[in-house]
Amino acid sequence: MGEVILTMKGIDKSFPGVHALDHVDLEVRKGEVHALMGENGAGKSTLMKVLTGIYKKDSGTITYEGKEVEFHNTREAQDAGIVIVHQELNMLGDLTVAQNVFIGREFKKGIRIDDKKMNEEARKLFDRMHIDIDPTETMSRLTVGKQQMCEIAKAISHDAKVIIFDEPSAALTENEIEELFKIIRDLRKQGLGIVYISHRMDEIKVITDRVTVMRDGTYVGTLITKDSTKDDIINMMVGRVIYEDPKTQNMTPKGSPVVLKVDHLNAGKMVRDVSFELHKGEILGFSGLMGAGRTETMRALFGADPIDSGDIYINGKKVIIRSPQDAVRHGIGYLSEDRKRYGIVVQKTVAENTTMADLDDYSNGPFINKRKEHDVAEKFVKSLDTKTPGVDQLVVNLSGGNQQKVVIAKWLTRNSDILIFDEPTRGIDVGAKNEIYKLMNQLAAEGKAIIMVSSEMTEILRMSDRIVVMCEGKKTGELDISEATQENIMNMATREID
Amino acid sequence: MANKSVSKTAGTNRSFIDRMGGQKFIVLIIVIAMFIFFSAMSPGFRKYTTIVSILDYSYYIALMAIGVTFPLLTAGVDLSIGTGLICYSLIGGYLVVHQDWPVAAGMLVTVLMGVIFGVINGCLVALMDLPAFLATLCTCMITRGFGAFVVGGYGIPWPTATAPGGWFRSIFKIQVNGQNIPVGFLWIILLVIIMSFVLNHTKMGRYTLAIGSNKEATRLSGVNVKFYHVMAYVICGFFAGLAAIAYSAIFATVQPGSGAGFEMDAIGGAIVGGVSMTGGVGSVTGTLIGVFVICLLKTGLPFIGLTANWQQIITGLVLIVAVMIDIVKRKRESGK
Repeated sequence: MGEVILTMKGIDKSFPGVHALDHVDLEVRKGEVHALMGENGAGKSTLMKVLTGIYKKDSGTITYEGKEVEFHNTREAQDAGIVIVHQELNMLGDLTVAQNVFIGREFKKGIRIDDKKMNEEARKLFDRMHIDIDPTETMSRLTVGKQQMCEIAKAISHDAKVIIFDEPSAALTENEIEELFKIIRDLRKQGLGIVYISHRMDEIKVITDRVTVMRDGTYVGTLITKDSTKDDIINMMVGRVIYEDPKTQNMTPKGSPVVLKVDHLNAGKMVRDVSFELHKGEILGFSGLMGAGRTETMRALFGADPIDSGDIYINGKKVIIRSPQDAVRHGIGYLSEDRKRYGIVVQKTVAENTTMADLDDYSNGPFINKRKEHDVAEKFVKSLDTKTPGVDQLVVNLSGGNQQKVVIAKWLTRNSDILIFDEPTRGIDVGAKNEIYKLMNQLAAEGKAIIMVSSEMTEILRMSDRIVVMCEGKKTGELDISEATQENIMNMATREID
Repeated sequence: MANKSVSKTAGTNRSFIDRMGGQKFIVLIIVIAMFIFFSAMSPGFRKYTTIVSILDYSYYIALMAIGVTFPLLTAGVDLSIGTGLICYSLIGGYLVVHQDWPVAAGMLVTVLMGVIFGVINGCLVALMDLPAFLATLCTCMITRGFGAFVVGGYGIPWPTATAPGGWFRSIFKIQVNGQNIPVGFLWIILLVIIMSFVLNHTKMGRYTLAIGSNKEATRLSGVNVKFYHVMAYVICGFFAGLAAIAYSAIFATVQPGSGAGFEMDAIGGAIVGGVSMTGGVGSVTGTLIGVFVICLLKTGLPFIGLTANWQQIITGLVLIVAVMIDIVKRKRESGK
C-alpha cells in the first residue's frame, strides 16, 4: 500500500426525512483494494454518489491527491481521475467495443470520426490489461463479463487514479470473476486506489486489503482484511444495537393450518428450488441481501412472472397460477416493493384504486356502482387511518405511507387471505412505518397469512414469526424468531453456494 | 428517498377552470371565440347553410375521434381509422351498389368491417405486443389497399337521397320545408353521452384509463388487461365503421385510395380536447370539443381568405400547442 490518495472525512448527507450519511469517513491509499461493506441501505452507494458529484454533501471534506475537492457531476470526477464501474453496465449494445470505450471523446480526423484510430487505441488498452477482446466487435455480442472488462477499460482510459467497483461480480461467472480479479490485482500493482463494493464475504477475503464497514449511514470502522475473520466483519455490519421491541416469540396460534405451501419452485435464474410453508395468522419474513431472489420468488408465486417448475398448494389444494388474475382469484394479494410502478395507478383516485382488484363486486354487470365503491373506500380510509382529503383524491397527491395504505385497502377490499408485503416500508417515513407495522400485526391477528420481504434486519426481527433466508436464488435457511439473531441471519444470507 | 417531494406537488386547491373541466373548458371557450371571430370576419360564414356544412363535415371526424379516444387513453393510438373508414365504406357500398344488397345490410357490413379491423389491431397491440404506432400504420396501409382491391379501383356512389335506399342519408340530414336540418348532430351528442358513461361508469372505461396510466399495476391487481386492451381497439374500430357510414351519407362518392390523413383530424381533435398522448387522462366530451376546433379551422379559414395550405399549417401549430400544454401539465404533476 502506498500513500493516501483519497480521504473522505465527516461526510454528512440528509434527504427529507432520512439521515443517509452521518459523518462517514473513508480513506483510500494508492495500490490498495479497499472494500466498502454494509447491509442494504447502509449508505455505501450514497457515499460513492457524494464522492462522484451525483449528490451534494451537506458537510465534511473530500481530499484527493492532497487537495480539497468538490465535484459537481460525474464528468468532473472522471476528469480528475475518479471513475465508477457500475453494477448495471451503461453500454450501447449496437455500437462497437471501441466506440463504446471512447464514447463522448471520439478521435477525429477533421470532422470525421476516426474509427481506425479508436480501434487501435482500444486494442492497445486491452493489450495493457492482458485481455482478449476485438475492438470492432458489436458490444451486445460480448458476454456480460467481457462487457464489464470494456467498462473497466473505459475507466482506465480516463487516466483513472481511483476506480470504484459497485458490486462488479453480481452478474459474472466463476471464470469471469477470476479474470476480473486478475485485472484488479494488476491495477493495484500500477498504484491505483480501488474501492470495491460487494456483499460476497469470500471475495472480500480474496481480493481486498482493507475493509470499511458502514451501518445505517454511519461509519463503523476499518479493518485490515487479512487480520480479520468473516465474523468480525459481520458483527460490524449488523452491530450490537438493541432495536425497539424485536419479536421474541412466534405469535402464530398453535396448530394454525398451512394456508400456502410452495414446493420446489423454480422460475428463471433467480428462483431456484424454493420451498416453504405459510400458516394462517403468521408473518413469515423473507430476509436476504439485494438480488437474493426474494422479490422474484414472490412475483413467480403471484403469477407476475412465469414459473418453470414447482407446485403451489393453497389450503392443501394444488393450484395452477399462470397470471396475477389466477393468484388474485386464489386469494393472494401482492404489495410491490415499487409502489409507483406496480402498486398504484397514480392518476386515479383513492376510491378507484381501492376497488381495482375487486371491481366485479362493486359493479352491476358492466356498470360500476360508484356509491358502493365510494362507501368501501371511505370505510378503509377510516379503518386504516389513511390521510387523504377524500376518497376522490388522486393517489399521486398522497404521501408514501398513505399510498401504501391505499394498496393495503385494495387487497382487503378483495378480501385476500394471503398478503405478500414486499419491502412494505420502503420510502416511508418513521412515523408511518410504525402504523404499517401495527396494521400488519393486526391483520395477522385477524387470521391473514402474511409474507414480508424485507432488506431491513430490524424490520425482519421486529415483525416476523418465522424467517426464511435466501441467497442467490436459493433458500439458505429457515428460523423461528426465538432462535433468530442478526448474526445467524447474515450468515445464512451470505452463505456461499457451490 | 429522492422521490419524496413528488407526492407533495399537484396540490389540492383546484382552480375555477379545473372545476369546470380543465382544458375542456378552455377549449370550449376557444371554440366559441373562433366561431365569433370567423362570423365577424366573414358574412359568408354567418349563414345557416355554412353551419350545416360545418356540422356535415364534422360527423365522420367526430365519430372517428370518439373511437380513437379509447386507444389513446391506453397510451396507444390507431392510425388505421382514416383509410379504414374508406375501406369499410367501399366494401359496404360495393355490396349495395354492385351486388344489390339492401342498404341496411351494406351498412351492417360496413360497421362489421370496422369491428374486424379493430379486433386485428387490438390483437397485434395487446396480445403480440407490437407498438401501436407500427401495428396500426400497417393496418392503415392494408385497409387502403384492401378497399381499392375489392371495388376494383372505381369510386362507389352510395344511393343518393332521392334514389331507392337513399333513406340512410336522412340519418344525418333531413329536409323540412326545403331547409336542411342537421339531425346527425343529435346522434353525435347521444353517442358522446353514451361513451362518456362507458368511460366513467363501466369496468371497460375504468380499465381503459387504468391501463393507460399504469398497465403493470393494473395487471398486478388481477385485471384481465389483455382483454380490455383489445377491447379499446375494438371500440375504436366500431366507431370507425360508424364514421364510414357518416362519410357515405354526407359525400356523394367514396373514392378508393383516399382517407389517409383523416385519422390526423380525429387524433388531433382528441388531443386538443385534453386526451393525453401518454394515456390515462382525457374525456369523450373533451374530444368532441377538440374536434370542433379542428373542423372550425378547416371550414373557417377559407372564409377569411386562407388557402388549404394555411389550414394545414395552422392546424399543425394548434396541435403543437395542445401537446405542449399536455407535456407541461405532466411535468408539473410529476414535480420535475
